[in-house]
Amino acid sequence: MPQMTDERVRAGLTREEDLSLLHEVSVKTAGVSHLEMCIQCGTCGGSCPAARDMDHTPRMLFAMLRAGMREEVLRSNTPWICVSCYHCVVRCPQEVHIADVMYTLKGMAIKANLFSDSTAPHFSQTFVDMVESYGRSFEFGLASRHYLRHFPLRLPGMMPMGIGMLTKGRMALTPKRIKKMDQLTAILNKAKTLELTS
Amino acid sequence: MNKYLFYPGCSMESSAKAYMESLNTILEPLELSFEEIEDWNCCGATEYLGINLIPAYSLIARNLALASNQMNPMNGTGATHTIVAPCSACYLNLAKADHYMQERPSLGAKVNQALEAGGLHYTPGTLDVRHLIDILVYDVGVEKIRSKVVHPLTGLHVAPYMGCMLPRPDYKHRWSDHEHPTELVDVLRALGADVIDYPLTTECCGGHMTQIGPETAFELIRRLVADADDRGADLMATVCPMCQMNIDAYQNEMNHFFGTDYHIPVLFFTQLMGLAFGREPEELGIGAELVSARNALAHIGVEVPVTQEPAGPRKKSEGLPMPRRLNKHEGKEVVK
Repeated sequence: MPQMTDERVRAGLTREEDLSLLHEVSVKTAGVSHLEMCIQCGTCGGSCPAARDMDHTPRMLFAMLRAGMREEVLRSNTPWICVSCYHCVVRCPQEVHIADVMYTLKGMAIKANLFSDSTAPHFSQTFVDMVESYGRSFEFGLASRHYLRHFPLRLPGMMPMGIGMLTKGRMALTPKRIKKMDQLTAILNKAKTLELTS
Repeated sequence: MNKYLFYPGCSMESSAKAYMESLNTILEPLELSFEEIEDWNCCGATEYLGINLIPAYSLIARNLALASNQMNPMNGTGATHTIVAPCSACYLNLAKADHYMQERPSLGAKVNQALEAGGLHYTPGTLDVRHLIDILVYDVGVEKIRSKVVHPLTGLHVAPYMGCMLPRPDYKHRWSDHEHPTELVDVLRALGADVIDYPLTTECCGGHMTQIGPETAFELIRRLVADADDRGADLMATVCPMCQMNIDAYQNEMNHFFGTDYHIPVLFFTQLMGLAFGREPEELGIGAELVSARNALAHIGVEVPVTQEPAGPRKKSEGLPMPRRLNKHEGKEVVK
């Protein structure tokens, strides 16, 4: 159980320490996340090519995790802006699996339905729908569904590119399907009943 | 003949067809034999991992399980336990699943529970997951590549673009450096190309942000293209379908966004290998890029046949100011 220690009172802290969110995220992350080892050095944010578009740098987000600020963390756009370039990951002195923690936070935010801009979650979900239907990605279906829904204003400007991709044979109009779709479906259905708990 | 299991990945059949076509032309001269994994599925790219963890890893692991079943009949002829991926995102996903299933046995157990529903099993560590350029540099060797060159790319200024997901996070310590690796430089030099200094070589191309947060992606693409241009590159060479797609297909939209006029073609390194090995541009998918490489290749005497170009957007007249949508970064930063 979290304790309100004398040290925390002397330090002027008004809440008892609650690391349950930190542990929850760490457990749900693939591999051994090392999230608890973060020393708040800020190397991650300083290495991030997309930090300027983030609500919080990764360092700040990890401090918020440690402080148990569940709602604020899951509302942050940071995990959605992360481009998975792994610059922070190879530079982190504590070897925190930062990019994988971001994936975990995305999954938690979708479940909690807290992240307000639906563009990114919908894109991921549409991609996953295609893969779950065909076993392969289907760029034309994905792009048309996604742009019509979220970026209709981008469509006119993108016409030359779309036409170029089609005429140059770089985008198929029909999806490819794997042979053993039943097998893949059985695997994924089973997988959906499982969760990392320890 | 060195035999390998081959995981093409979805884009090799569509947006990166040119990569596949050019790859096919270099296998024989380099004495490589690739056997495709039967009935492979999509690796989930960077999308499934953020939706649901165990299904995402199970999706990847089905490929590993199929490959490990397939490697048994290939006995006796060398590196059969090696699975080669030409796409950096596929390579990373396969390597990641293999690595994390070992590092976190509870993940490995759950993934195998799911695989069993499809009659499959994968023992992590069974396969070596490697990228195409890793095979070319460390198995084939730069000297052998050099020995096959009949048309050196002398005078072609190439920016070597490795991208981010290849040298990082590098679970098995395969690469010369995480941020400034030399593998692609070595291959391009062996082809006789004038490889320019390109410090951004492992910066991100924007990944899926071209789809979900174009403003973020455009800035990343702009940095890469602007730097290549500043340093006098005729073109960029890449090792990944997603990098090629982002920098090539979105370069026009990026130019519109910033009011710039960059024109840096992006070719797969295998296309340049094919040219140097004496193949014709048509055999190598050259011409499929949206930012045409025709002028760049004319420098070295390669003539790319004219294909039907799609009509570009009409040129805006400079005369009348037209209303336009304001974007998020306007006023925040002026970028040329």
